[in-house]
Order: sequence, then C-alpha cells, then structure tokens
Amino acid sequence: MAEAILAIDELVKNFGALRATDHVTLDLKPGEIHALIGPNGAGKTTLISQIAGTIRPDRGRISFDGRDVGALSVAQRARLGLGRTFQVSSLALEFSALRNVMLAVQAVSGSSFRFFRPVMRDRSLIEPAMAALERAGLAERANVTVAELSHGERRQVEIAIALAMKSKAFLLDEPMAGMGPEGSSRLTGFLDGLREEAPILLVEHDMNAVFALADRISVLVYGRVIATGTVDEIRSDPEVRRAYLGDEA
Amino acid sequence: MTLALFLEQLLNGLQFGVMLFLMAAGLTLIFGVMGLINLAHGSLYMVGAFACAVVAAWTGSFWLGLVASMAAAAAAGAIIELAVIRRLYARDHLDQVLATFALILIMSEGTRWLFGSVPLYLDIPPLLQGTVPLPGGSRYQLYRLAIIGVGVAVAVGLYLLISKTRLGMRIRAGENDREMIAALGVDVATLYTLVFALGAALAGLAGAMVGAIQSVQVGMGEPVLILAFVVIVIGGIGSIRGALIGAVLVGVTDTMGRFLLPQMLTLFLPPSQAALIGGAVASMLIYLLMAVVLAVRPRGLFPAQA
Amino acid sequence: MMTRETAFNIVIALLLLAAPIAANYAGETFYVTLATRIAILSLAAVGLNIALGLGGLVSFGHAAFFGVGGYAAGILASHAFAGTPLIFGLPGTQQMPVIWIVAVLFGGFAAFLIGLITLRTAGVYFIMITLAFAQMIFYFAISWPAYGGEDGLPIYVRNQFPGLNTLNPLSYFLLCYALLGLALLLFRLLADSRFGAALQATRQNDVRVASVGIPPYRVRLIAFTISGMFTALAGALFADLNRFVSPSMLSWQMSGELIVLIILGGVGRLFGPVVGAALYVLLEFWLGGITERWQFFLGLILLGVVLFARGGVIGLVAGRARHG
Repeated sequence: MAEAILAIDELVKNFGALRATDHVTLDLKPGEIHALIGPNGAGKTTLISQIAGTIRPDRGRISFDGRDVGALSVAQRARLGLGRTFQVSSLALEFSALRNVMLAVQAVSGSSFRFFRPVMRDRSLIEPAMAALERAGLAERANVTVAELSHGERRQVEIAIALAMKSKAFLLDEPMAGMGPEGSSRLTGFLDGLREEAPILLVEHDMNAVFALADRISVLVYGRVIATGTVDEIRSDPEVRRAYLGDEA
Repeated sequence: MTLALFLEQLLNGLQFGVMLFLMAAGLTLIFGVMGLINLAHGSLYMVGAFACAVVAAWTGSFWLGLVASMAAAAAAGAIIELAVIRRLYARDHLDQVLATFALILIMSEGTRWLFGSVPLYLDIPPLLQGTVPLPGGSRYQLYRLAIIGVGVAVAVGLYLLISKTRLGMRIRAGENDREMIAALGVDVATLYTLVFALGAALAGLAGAMVGAIQSVQVGMGEPVLILAFVVIVIGGIGSIRGALIGAVLVGVTDTMGRFLLPQMLTLFLPPSQAALIGGAVASMLIYLLMAVVLAVRPRGLFPAQA
Repeated sequence: MMTRETAFNIVIALLLLAAPIAANYAGETFYVTLATRIAILSLAAVGLNIALGLGGLVSFGHAAFFGVGGYAAGILASHAFAGTPLIFGLPGTQQMPVIWIVAVLFGGFAAFLIGLITLRTAGVYFIMITLAFAQMIFYFAISWPAYGGEDGLPIYVRNQFPGLNTLNPLSYFLLCYALLGLALLLFRLLADSRFGAALQATRQNDVRVASVGIPPYRVRLIAFTISGMFTALAGALFADLNRFVSPSMLSWQMSGELIVLIILGGVGRLFGPVVGAALYVLLEFWLGGITERWQFFLGLILLGVVLFARGGVIGLVAGRARHG
C-alpha cells in the first residue's frame, strides 16, 4: 500500500472540560477519498482546523508529505500543499470570485510581496484562476463580487481556490452544504475525478455522496474515531449503527 | 533616599493607580458589555471635575460637589448614550472611534464656551486637609489617602454589584451572549444606558477627586483616558479585576519610575544628565511595561473571554 | 471608460493646483499656504490610507510617524544651522532631499518597531495600543530637552531644494504638490499590485489569506511600515511649512485628525485623503472665520458624517462601490 501523504497520530484537543478530539489517528493515502463522518458536534471541523493549523492540538502529531507540520503556521502548511475549504464559506467578500482565486494563484506561483505590477493585467494570475473557476463550474460568474454570490456559488469558489493552490491534499469541510440536489450530484462527479489529482479528506453530511465517493470512511463520535473501513465495512459495523441509529433514527 | 520618601512615593503611585482604576473600570465595562470603544470617556472625567468645582464654589460644600460630579457625569453619559452611542453598537470600531472623537471636540469646546479657558480650582475639604504621620518621620496628605480609600471602596462595590446583584448578573450575561439576554426578555437598551451611566459616574468621580489636587480645565481628561487604555490593555479588556491590577501596576510603575530612575542613574552619570535621561526614560516606562505584557500575553493579564 | 470617481479625482487634482496658482497671482499668498497645508495633510493621510483603507488597520497612532518626520527635519536643520555635528561626527543638513530620505527611513523604522508589537493584536487592542505608543513618543519628545522639549524646535530658515527657491510660497506648494502626486501614484500601484491584493484581502478575511498560504502578519507589517514612511515624509514637509516642530505634531489629536481626513473623504479611496484634507482645512478656515468655537461645530459635522453619510464625500459622489 502506498505511503500516506497525511498522517495524524494520537491527536488530542480539549476545550475546557470538553474533549473535542480524543486520541484521533488517521491517514490519507494518494488517490483516495477518505470521508470523515459523524453526528453534529462530533469534532469534525475541530479536527480539520487542527490539520490546517487554525487550532493548535494539545497533544499528538500531524505529518504531511513526510514532515512534521505541528509547529508550522496556517500559511506555511498551505504553501506545503494543504488546500482547505471551509464549512461556512470563508472568502474575501468585497472581491470578485476571480480575484479570490487569483489570490491563491499568486500565493503558489511566487511572491505576494511584489508592489508594482497591476494584478488585473497579469495573465499569469488571471489564466490559471479562470481555469480553476472553469473546472469548479463558475466561469461565467467570475467577475461577480462574492458578497453577491449565492451560498452554493461560494462553495464553488472555495473549490476553485483549492484547485488553484495546486494542493497535494484537499481538506474539504462539507463542500455540499447549501448546494441543492443538482449541484450536489455535479460536485460528486467532480470530486470523483479530483482524487486522481490529489487525495481528499472529506467531511460531509450528504450520505449519498459519501457512500458514492469514499474509498475509506472514518466515523467520529464525541471526538473519538470509533471505526475506519470501506463503505461496506462501515455500513455493517455494529458500533456505527448504534451511534447513528441511536442518534438519528 | 529615606524610607519615608519611598513610602510617600509608593502611596502617590497607589493613589494615581486608584484614580486610573476609576477611569479604566468604566471603559472596560462598557467595552465588555457593549463592545464599544469610547474615546469620550475622558470628557466625562472633565464633566465631573467641572461640576464639582462649580457646585462646590456655589454651595461652599465639596461634598455636594462630589455628589454633583457623579450626577452630572452620569447624566451626560446617559444623554450621550441615548443620542449617539446607541447608534454605534452595530458599527465597526472605526466609526466608534470617529464618533467619540467628534464628541470630545464638542464637549471640550462646549465646556470652554461655558466656563472659559482659565482653569478652575477646587479646594480640598477641611475635613481632609490634614496630614497623617508615616513611618520614618514624614507626613502624608490625608486627602490622597482618602482617594485610595474611595478607590478600594469602589472596587469592592463593583465586585459586589457584578457578582451579587440582579443588575450584575445581567451585565455578566450581556458580556457572554447579547442575543440570549434579549431573548430572555431583558430590556437590553435600558441595561446599556445604565452601564454607560455607571461608567460615566465613576469617571466623573475620578475627575472631581483629582480636580482638588490639580487644576480643573478643558483637556484634562484625555491624557488620563490614554493611560486608562494602557491599563485595560495590560489588564485584559472587559475584566474589572484586570483593570484594578493593571491600574495599580501602571500607577506605581509610573510614579516610582519617575522617582527612582534618575536617582539610580546617578550611580553611573553626572547628576544633571541622570535627571535628564532618567526623566525621559521614566516617561516611557509604562508603555514599555505594556509592550512587555503584550509580548508575553497578547490579550492582557486577565483576558475576559477564554 | 472613465468612472465618475476618476473624473471627480481629476477635477479635485486640477482645482488643488489651479487655486493656489491663481491666488498667488492675485497676491493672496495666504491661500497658497493654505493649499500647501492641504497637500501636506493629504500626503500624511495617503500614508495612513495604506494601513487603514487598504489593510483595515485602524491606527490611532500615526501622529508618531508624522512627528518623527517633522523632528527629523527640525533636528537635521538645527544642527546644520548651528554648525554642530549630529552624532558620530555626521553633520546636519538643510538639503530637503537628504532630510526626506532620513525622515522616511526613521518613519519606516518607527512604524516597523511599533507594528512588530501592535500587529500581534487586532481590533480595539490595536487602536488603543497604537494610540499608547504614539503617546509614548509624545511624552519622550516633551521630556527630552535637547531639541526644545515642550517648547518645540524652530527651523530658522526653510530648508533648501536644489534649483528652487523654497521660500517662495508657490514654489514650496508645487514641491509638496508634486510629492503628493507621486504618493498617489505609488498608492495606486500598490493597491493594484499582488501585495495590494493580499493586503486588501487581509482586511476582508485574514483566515482565508493564511489558508491560501500568504502570511497575514507579514503583509500587515510591511504595509504598516510603508504607511509610516509616507506619513513621515509629510511630517518633514509640515515642519518646513511652519518652520517649526513641536510635540503637538505627535499628539493624539493629530492622530485623530488624520483618521478624520480619511473618513471625510472616503476610506480606501485613492483621493479620499485629498478630498478629506481639503474639506477639513477649508472647514477649519471657514468656521474659524465665523466663530471662535469652530471645533464645536466641526465636532457636530463629523458626528453627522459618521452617523448619516457613510462612505465619505467620494462615497456620495461615486456611489458606495469600492474599487477592488
């Protein structure tokens, strides 16, 4: 089996008395979609935030692409190739969709500390950004200010940014949220192909999408991984059934 | 340097700190509950001082002046809150800064209009005009000791108010979750006006008490306001306890720095230069203190929200 | 295609140039000085606009850099005038270009140091701490008697610029106007550049900026430093205009005024500082002619602008959309 690109080892995070992440160990291998599911409040976003670097874990190790990234800042991890989308879209609201994506292009294609050349005439920024928007299905809305885009469209901008970053791994936090059935199925098809480019750690509530896409699934309950396995293994796992049917039936 | 002189300076620092606490407590409360940065807090200090001076001169009673200072500052605070401040809660900090900056202009110039540019003087009440002996043989002004006493009393009073009363419970709830207390049927608008008036009254009290040591004039509030900012940045914005500890720290550091630094430098430098450099460095000491605290704890010593 | 804002900007730029020239030929040099004041305050506010308008950093301490620039001019000139060496045997100078470079370097250095600490914080903390550090420098200037202390430092003869009689009010105005033009050009380039994109994005959403791999702290620190440099240059010009430097250039009122200029004109707009400064100086002049209590009415007007006319004058003219 291939070497994991992202490996999390015995991660622990407490918020006061609440243990949000409880000795979590999981990994992400090249070419796979690893879905992270679990009831609300299970600590999925907290886990993603620790991987991305916005939250510091209390204990445990995170290694990415062969190196320990625990001490690195959010920006440093992003430059190593960790592309994250947010559960609640997090974009520069006054910028157009295009300019949001261009920011990602400029971050990977060299320095952001250039002071003179106007970005709106810089084809080396615009073209890759348009290409990413095209792939995310939002090319025709490229020049619309993000504040005027719908929730679903903002999710597409998030995806386009992750694409433009040429990430080595994607952390997608509920990309389907607020998308509507048609958008969801389009995105499902898209993510299916994306795994070839870079593996995806996918947090998602849309179980149809998860079961259609995931190579492996980990189930997080109260901050703990109670099971990891293929779709079929997870479907038949008694502990998962108990956690879910007790919670959602 | 004698022990008596040292003690005297220490008490001066404490008195200065206590006065800063009265300013900082209101500021930090207003920020903690309403999320508002109020530059005009120094103007309320000035209003208190003027009210005290005018009423004391008119009635001959400092004590009536003191009551008037709190009443006038609280009333001014309430009026400002109702007319201007409440439109700013939902605005960003830039708008708050600008609007309260405009209030400073209005209140300073308005006061100058009413009372002229000549400073007013306020006498220390006869009851407190004496001195008390200090260990080491010197004597200390009773009035300054009284200021320290008032500050301690206010600190205890605020503690009791916030931890033991219904109003205090609502203030604490307001710090945590504004929507929730509104949903629970608390009249948030009135609560905010009350908190603002309370903060204003404390500032007015501080202005009146200091007015009897220094002169009462337009522009007296802003230097104190900026020091109060330093205090709450050190203490942690929103925390009364942080304001108290920060205020004493700033008051004592400033006073002792001005007293001790020039003397310490005489060990290395000729006296004239020591006084010069010592004085200049001492004037920067509290800001350096603030920088150090921030480097270690960016949210202050007692951050209100974890 | 020219937007309404661009057209408006051109009109303002031409007015600011034509009015003092006309006044000069009418023999009214007082108005030339007034226009110079507008140009210099505009320049200072263009500097602040980088931090405040583009980066969303509400600095209430820009008087520090304004004053540092002013003192750089005053101190260099006083040593040159007295013929005494500065430090390490270096002489003072009365040459403006040298003075400007020194002012810009020291302004940038001060902004870098202050930014290093203050930019670790955000929001209200940032406002209060920038204010506090400016106050620190203010008190230092007051208690350090070598350069006038509380009384300030006179510049006996206005400093010189090669090939120009700086004592002629119109010449000095044109010099300041040219520097303002250069600063506006640089502001525009900066705003449109990669760095400007990153800076404006940190204002809107710094988590997003970090998540694509750009470190927001470094972006802000550089912007704050550049911002301080512009404002320090304006300070040096201001000192030469008044032929006097005093701690009042470092005061919190000065910091407040700079913010006010930008808000009056329009935050983040290219010409916001210019329109704001023109309005402020003219208002001060006009109200000052009517009543001694002009600050009272200025306060009322400001309050009205904050509460009811958000977006400043340019916002009213060009609509609310920002460029970017």
